[in-house]
Amino acid sequence: MQNPQLNNDGKLKHLLSIEGLPKKILNQILDAAESFLGVAEREVKKVPLLRGKTVCNLFFENSTRTRTTFEIAAKRLSADVITLNVSTSSQSKGETILDTIDNLTAMHADMFVVRHSQSGAAHMIAKHVAPHISVINAGDGRHAHPTQGLLDVFTIRKYKPEMHNLRVAIVGDVLHSRVARSEIHALTTLGVPEVRVIAPKTLLPEDVEKLGVHVYHDITEGLKDVDVVMMLRLQNERMAGAMLPSSQEYFKTYGLTAEKLTLAKPDAIVMHPGPMNRGVEIDSAVADGPQSVILPQVTYGIAVRMAVMSILAGN
Amino acid sequence: MNLPNPEILLETLSKRIKSIIQENTAIVGIHSGGAWLVERLLPTIGGDVAHGILDVSFYRDDFNERGLHSETKPSHIPFDVQDKHIVLIDDVFYTGRTIRAAMNELFDYGRPASITLAVLVNRGGRELPITPQISAFDTELTDSQNLQLLRHENGTFYFSLEENT
Amino acid sequence: MKIHIKNGHLIDPKNGVDAKQDLFIAAGKIIAIGKAPEGFIANQTIDATDLVIIPGLVDVSARLREPGFEHKATLESEMQAAAAGGVTSLACPPDTEPVLDEPGLVEMLKHRAKQLNQAHVYPLGALTHQLAGKEITEMCELSEAGCVGFSQADVAIKDTQVLWRAMQYAATFDFTVWLRPEEPYLAKDGVAHDGEVAARLGLKGIPAAAETLAIASILRIAKETGAKVHLCRLSTAEGVEMIRTAKKAGQQVTCDVSANHLHLTDVDIGYFDANTHLKPPARSQRDKTALSNGLADNTIDAICSDHTPVDDDAKLYPFAEAEAGATGLELLLPLTLKWAQDNKIRLNDAIKHITQAPANILGIAAGELSLNSNADICVFDPKEYWKIEPKALLSQGKNTPFLGLELPGKVKYTLVNGHIVHG
Repeated sequence: MQNPQLNNDGKLKHLLSIEGLPKKILNQILDAAESFLGVAEREVKKVPLLRGKTVCNLFFENSTRTRTTFEIAAKRLSADVITLNVSTSSQSKGETILDTIDNLTAMHADMFVVRHSQSGAAHMIAKHVAPHISVINAGDGRHAHPTQGLLDVFTIRKYKPEMHNLRVAIVGDVLHSRVARSEIHALTTLGVPEVRVIAPKTLLPEDVEKLGVHVYHDITEGLKDVDVVMMLRLQNERMAGAMLPSSQEYFKTYGLTAEKLTLAKPDAIVMHPGPMNRGVEIDSAVADGPQSVILPQVTYGIAVRMAVMSILAGN
Repeated sequence: MNLPNPEILLETLSKRIKSIIQENTAIVGIHSGGAWLVERLLPTIGGDVAHGILDVSFYRDDFNERGLHSETKPSHIPFDVQDKHIVLIDDVFYTGRTIRAAMNELFDYGRPASITLAVLVNRGGRELPITPQISAFDTELTDSQNLQLLRHENGTFYFSLEENT
Repeated sequence: MKIHIKNGHLIDPKNGVDAKQDLFIAAGKIIAIGKAPEGFIANQTIDATDLVIIPGLVDVSARLREPGFEHKATLESEMQAAAAGGVTSLACPPDTEPVLDEPGLVEMLKHRAKQLNQAHVYPLGALTHQLAGKEITEMCELSEAGCVGFSQADVAIKDTQVLWRAMQYAATFDFTVWLRPEEPYLAKDGVAHDGEVAARLGLKGIPAAAETLAIASILRIAKETGAKVHLCRLSTAEGVEMIRTAKKAGQQVTCDVSANHLHLTDVDIGYFDANTHLKPPARSQRDKTALSNGLADNTIDAICSDHTPVDDDAKLYPFAEAEAGATGLELLLPLTLKWAQDNKIRLNDAIKHITQAPANILGIAAGELSLNSNADICVFDPKEYWKIEPKALLSQGKNTPFLGLELPGKVKYTLVNGHIVHG
């Protein structure tokens, strides 16, 4: 089966998931992102790469943060940006997805940034767009959030350049997390030797170790000597679905406090894709503390998205 | 054809650039050849002259045909471009498109007082109304010839002139 | 109409025939096998040189989409698909709109089908009203109207007490209860086999335990109530083993597997191919192998198509939202043949699972080429491969995970009651 993300020359045509992308392409994106970081420091924060191109944000699932960073990234590339917030509840779904795509194509959209509540939505859209259009997956159900995975490893690379020597722990609701899946694929593809997931059994997918991770249920064991702690957001629905008894107990057993952080290496960094639930998965002291790189993650997010869009537009 | 030794050309270039350095001057090398030259020029010109590097990948006019260059490096302009006299440095001047891109990028940093273009070799064949004010060597090459400035491991420069079939 | 089918290779598992034999048909019945009867003059001769002749296929699950879902398919189109697939008898599940829980609806369906003069249609009646799992239906009335069994289609009964009583009532009259074993709470919102593939793709999984827990309950209740039960669409290795054990212990239970599950695993979802969204989901390689072995030792009785045509748009959704199911009437024979080839099963044994065995399950006189039986016959070329593509299918449903593949087995003639309905 041909990888739908790559064109016949093996170049990136869509960014749908990190899984299946060769290491070379991941590095290409990360290296390009380095260059885009500098652009944000200038007074004129734009480069003309996507001038004349139209980027369309198709958000079937709401998200102000992600949508905004993609908008900023596109505008800094001098692209024209259209944003469509399509709520899934009102329409009859699927037909509307493809009809919407057709309409936008007729309006000369060159690139779609898509977020949807269902896994596989970005793949479906990529299958149906006209050949000159690129699709960027901004999050599909539980499946993937590739730009988040990329900006997370970019962040790690910035603070811990020796990636082949790292221990990374991902803590929280891996079962429902597209961010976790993308992070795992990015880390394993780039050769990080030890990737750990730390969560109760109810929040881990079946056969998760087959993704190349070590499983821990005890956070005190799992955090020992790690270089990077990646926290995941916990959603309220987990209590309602009988997966967890309460956020208090969750905080006690899996929340990152300053005390638990001491189990990791003294220079370990703490990450979170945001938005944070302070006091549920992470203590404020840690989130705002010296080891936290949560704020830089956001800046890096714009540079990474600029890199992705540029590479796609040029291929 | 016989190309002169770039090390000797560098000496020539260095003298001529030094003569136009004033208080408010900055030298900017275009990655990668121009950046190498800046590195070698700084000791002779005076290490405290403001300097920087431009990677013009984001301003090239062939993006739609060739895509994003696979090896982009960050530009580094650690001084304020506003009102500065910029000496823009590159190794080989050919069509002028790289310089056009470099100037566009420079102007996104600020408004310089002037830009002087200094190159090691002007090989002729410009396609835009741009030309170096300073060049250590002028010659006319054909379109099928490819001239590159390269660097030995010990840092000394040499030219490579290839014929494309 | 007198028909002579000559020079064909006859395979009739019921009568143990696997040899070159001619067939002679008159007045809708098979009147001779091998030698022509005295004074027989054929109105039509079918030259079956290099072709195989088998009893018309008996498909224990084919959704005809009438009444109610005419935008997905109609009786006309699906009966033509059945004929093209060599299917001459089929059972349809009760999940139509309205649900087949009233004798009047059943009579209407049977009447409509009869008028089309193609395959024999045997409706399964709903076990509970509206399939809601609360009140049992008038099974005796429905049986009289033509129902050959009582089913819940894909809707599990949550109230164990109701399930018990429904089976108990059915047992009173010796009706067979058809159930697809799936624990509804464990399967809720699930769309794929709960394993590595679902983990990678971020799809909600249905654990194998959902099927095995349900099989355990159903078998136990059947034992206690004395009900005859037919378990539909097995998908797990453990499930096969449980039925093997139950049969060995003498329990009266039959079961089927969908032809799709003999060929697919969860890996075939690939890049979210909505055509592989099936109920139950295709599971692991280990499960697939066990299903195959289950057929080989007759733990699993029948292979069915589980024909579920959907309209074109219904698959154009992200995987979980796409409508589940695959079109299958025209693929039942090719998929069975391919399964036989891949697993080195004798043709005779393979054909049994789509003729004699399903006929036994339905309790109908079909799936055989005996003297004086209905001339329901399928003549096919086992060596002809054909490409599965929308234009090659007569069903209105073009949704199949096998699109683009070439499969062996082209039906050349299908006869029902001695009439040629295809070819």
